[in-house]
Amino acid sequence: MSVRLGTTDALHRLSLAIAPGETLVLLGPSGSGKSTALRLVNALLRPTSGAVIVDGRDVSAWDPIELRRQMGYVIQEVGLLPHMTVARNVGLVPELLGWPEATREIRVAELLSRVGLPEPELHGRYPRELSGGQRQRVGIARALAADPPVLLCDEPFGALDPVLRRQLQDEFRILSAQLGKTLLFVTHDVREALALGTRIALLEKGQLRFLGSPEELRVSDVPIAREFARGINNVPI
Amino acid sequence: MGFIEYLVGIRSELLLRTWEHILLVAGSTAIAVTIGVPLGILLTRRAGLRGGILGSANVLQTIPSLALLGLLIPLPLVGGIGATPAVVALVAYALLPIIRNTYEGIRSIDPAVREAALAMGMTDRQLLRRVELPLALGMIMGGVRLATVIGIGVATVAAAIGAGGLGVFIFQGLAMVNNEVILSGAIPAALLALAADGGLGALERRWSRWRS
Repeated sequence: MSVRLGTTDALHRLSLAIAPGETLVLLGPSGSGKSTALRLVNALLRPTSGAVIVDGRDVSAWDPIELRRQMGYVIQEVGLLPHMTVARNVGLVPELLGWPEATREIRVAELLSRVGLPEPELHGRYPRELSGGQRQRVGIARALAADPPVLLCDEPFGALDPVLRRQLQDEFRILSAQLGKTLLFVTHDVREALALGTRIALLEKGQLRFLGSPEELRVSDVPIAREFARGINNVPI
Repeated sequence: MGFIEYLVGIRSELLLRTWEHILLVAGSTAIAVTIGVPLGILLTRRAGLRGGILGSANVLQTIPSLALLGLLIPLPLVGGIGATPAVVALVAYALLPIIRNTYEGIRSIDPAVREAALAMGMTDRQLLRRVELPLALGMIMGGVRLATVIGIGVATVAAAIGAGGLGVFIFQGLAMVNNEVILSGAIPAALLALAADGGLGALERRWSRWRS
């Protein structure tokens, strides 16, 4: 799959291609347009000019519903539906896709244990009865529910404390390696970017400043990249 | 003769008028929900209609009830005297709180929840039925509660155009300069309003439990 992003108010002449199976991290300070770029991919936003191409097809030519069902989406605020139990939240996309109930239940149980929530008694709980870390895990399970080829993540671990954050990053890296998904991952945390990305795109003020592997980022002489690279070793834990 | 004995003496008429009152308010609130909830939903989809619809409902709300009933008398179909124009007036008063609370109830849902639902590939219809309406239900109920309590008050005035209800006692009492007769309409009406407020308020709280 390739995704090219055109120009928007928040993004200026951004051009990026994502290869199937890779994890591209969009790194940048807040307001750099990284979340905007992500929302263009699942058509939550439309570019003012230019084009976003998914699977060889312009996003505006896709049925947005069909497009979004190809893509899991994990956001910082999680966005779990507060009036549905954990199991219903996770099983929601399969339900929308019309999977039979028995298949859904098996899938939900499998996914919840996969994200580290194997306890069956959690299935009937409501999101507000969970801890922040548990909610985030449920959010990831939900994004994976219908086995979408693409996963879009917008600072999924941003609201967690640093220890839990590291733990979920590690688990997530293993999980995404196992699943072989195409991942577009937004973060402002350079260590998260280095830990998860096969490639890193560094955005600043809506413009692409750097694009390359984690190793290349460490040695890049682009000013903003050097600034981020300096943060690698002195970010407080 | 004490007031209580007086009420016991007129109990069959009291029950009839109370029943008429409940029917007037329940019927018109049901009609207002049928019109108001879809209109409130429409406003969340078509921002351009907001000023027009909320503005009109607002203006209706500001017309004094006695004047509105009087204005309805010469109109064909919706007007005249009796229960029909009374229901029309009651619906007019009930619309604003119901439309506004439906709209606000949906609008106030956490944007992250709506975005997540959209990103999951929900159609607009699915978003509405599975996410927005369940989460807005408490606030919609708040609008229904307000509309009902207003309606119970306005319905007493409807007796002036022959719609029946507890206002019959009030107008009789006013004509007879008899406080006992006035109170035999006013007190049950106040109790009805309190009961509706309490009962519907309980539903509202129950359905609001998803809001943090």
